Amino acid sequence: MKISVKINGKTVERDVDPRMLLVHFLRDELGLTGTKVGCDTSQCGSCTVHLNGEALKSCTFFAVQADGAEITTIEGLAANGSLHPMQEGFWEKHGLQCGYCTPGMIMASVAFLKKHAHPTEEDIRHGLEGNLCRCTGYHNIVAAVKAASEKMGG
Amino acid sequence: MYPAKFDYYRANSVEEAVKLLAENSDAKLLAGGHSLIPAMKLRLTQPALLIDIGKIDSLKNIKANGSLEIGALATHARVAASADVKKWFPALANAASLIGDQQVRNFGTIGGNIAHADPASDPPTVLIAAGATIHVRGASGTRAIAAEDFFVDLFTTALEPGEVVTKIEIPNLSGRKSAYAKMSHPASRYAIVGVCAVLSMEGDTCKEARLVVGGAVAHATRLSEAEAVLKGKKLDAAALKAAADAAIAQVGDDAMGDITAPADYRRAMVGQYLQRAIQSALG
Repeated sequence: MKISVKINGKTVERDVDPRMLLVHFLRDELGLTGTKVGCDTSQCGSCTVHLNGEALKSCTFFAVQADGAEITTIEGLAANGSLHPMQEGFWEKHGLQCGYCTPGMIMASVAFLKKHAHPTEEDIRHGLEGNLCRCTGYHNIVAAVKAASEKMGG
Repeated sequence: MYPAKFDYYRANSVEEAVKLLAENSDAKLLAGGHSLIPAMKLRLTQPALLIDIGKIDSLKNIKANGSLEIGALATHARVAASADVKKWFPALANAASLIGDQQVRNFGTIGGNIAHADPASDPPTVLIAAGATIHVRGASGTRAIAAEDFFVDLFTTALEPGEVVTKIEIPNLSGRKSAYAKMSHPASRYAIVGVCAVLSMEGDTCKEARLVVGGAVAHATRLSEAEAVLKGKKLDAAALKAAADAAIAQVGDDAMGDITAPADYRRAMVGQYLQRAIQSALG
């Protein structure tokens, strides 16, 4: 089935099998491998992207459902070569260990801050319940999101 | 993981979805897909045709006008954030905010949730407590099903083949106090036990209590024994304890158990969370 999707500002048209998951469309068809497959069972959040501005687990969505939508992946977050404040926060607070969960953590955190501009530590922990870090590096991830929220005027 | 192959069709109206369902016995509806797609990936279900209703905007509305109407495609995030839901039935907004995580709430829908009828889900419990009505449409027309009669067993509802959930209607609950108390599974956030209380009070005295348990049993169920215990009583500690004991006795051997929460434990927690829901409703 033919779909047209705007990804990181660029319109892409492809013919896809209905059973192709969005995450495989992004990684295998378009080469956007920043988005990771972790658990592949809708739990870990490492495949998180934005669909029309909302955080989505792209392993739990068919590419055909995204027809006509706007998608942002981790590759589309930095504007004009400068890191997004959330990326800076993860850099400065060392919000990662192995880095595998990081793209999903950052995409989930950016979406979360849109709805909660002034989060407490508890808000951040609740907001990121859909993202798992198997290094258990949560402490610095929460610090990174807090730092980003302050930088973004929260 | 890839699901088995299927054909895909995007329906533009409820009428079209109903027609396609009638013509294809091995078809399933795709709404938010957050229960169906994981099941398809595990090949627990392998429909030949997916009818995508996710872009039918007329099913997405939430409006309050005499009763509160929630379109089947309203996402959990929208139900949780809706000013109308918070005003009419705050226990539902709270329950919706406790489902899964932000990503799941952004795409999972209330209609898909109830049609799936997972026993560990939250909306069935609060919808029965509210006395909600489920509106459905099939090839032979529309019908309305009381939420209490809708959930029949594990993953089993009163929906007939070919019927589509169109909206959920919640009656005017003004003057009633309500709350949902939930013990979440620490990883999945599904309800180990969830209890919803909707109370009609006259001063300190309970005129009527609607108490519903989910999570611990095969489908959300009214705790009618506990409701009877509280009717006409002052809701003091002794009354709550008596209601909890009645609820535990009613759940009895129906309590489900697994590696996280054995049946004995869940049964005991029904009593605890019943009391918490009532206390929370009373403020």
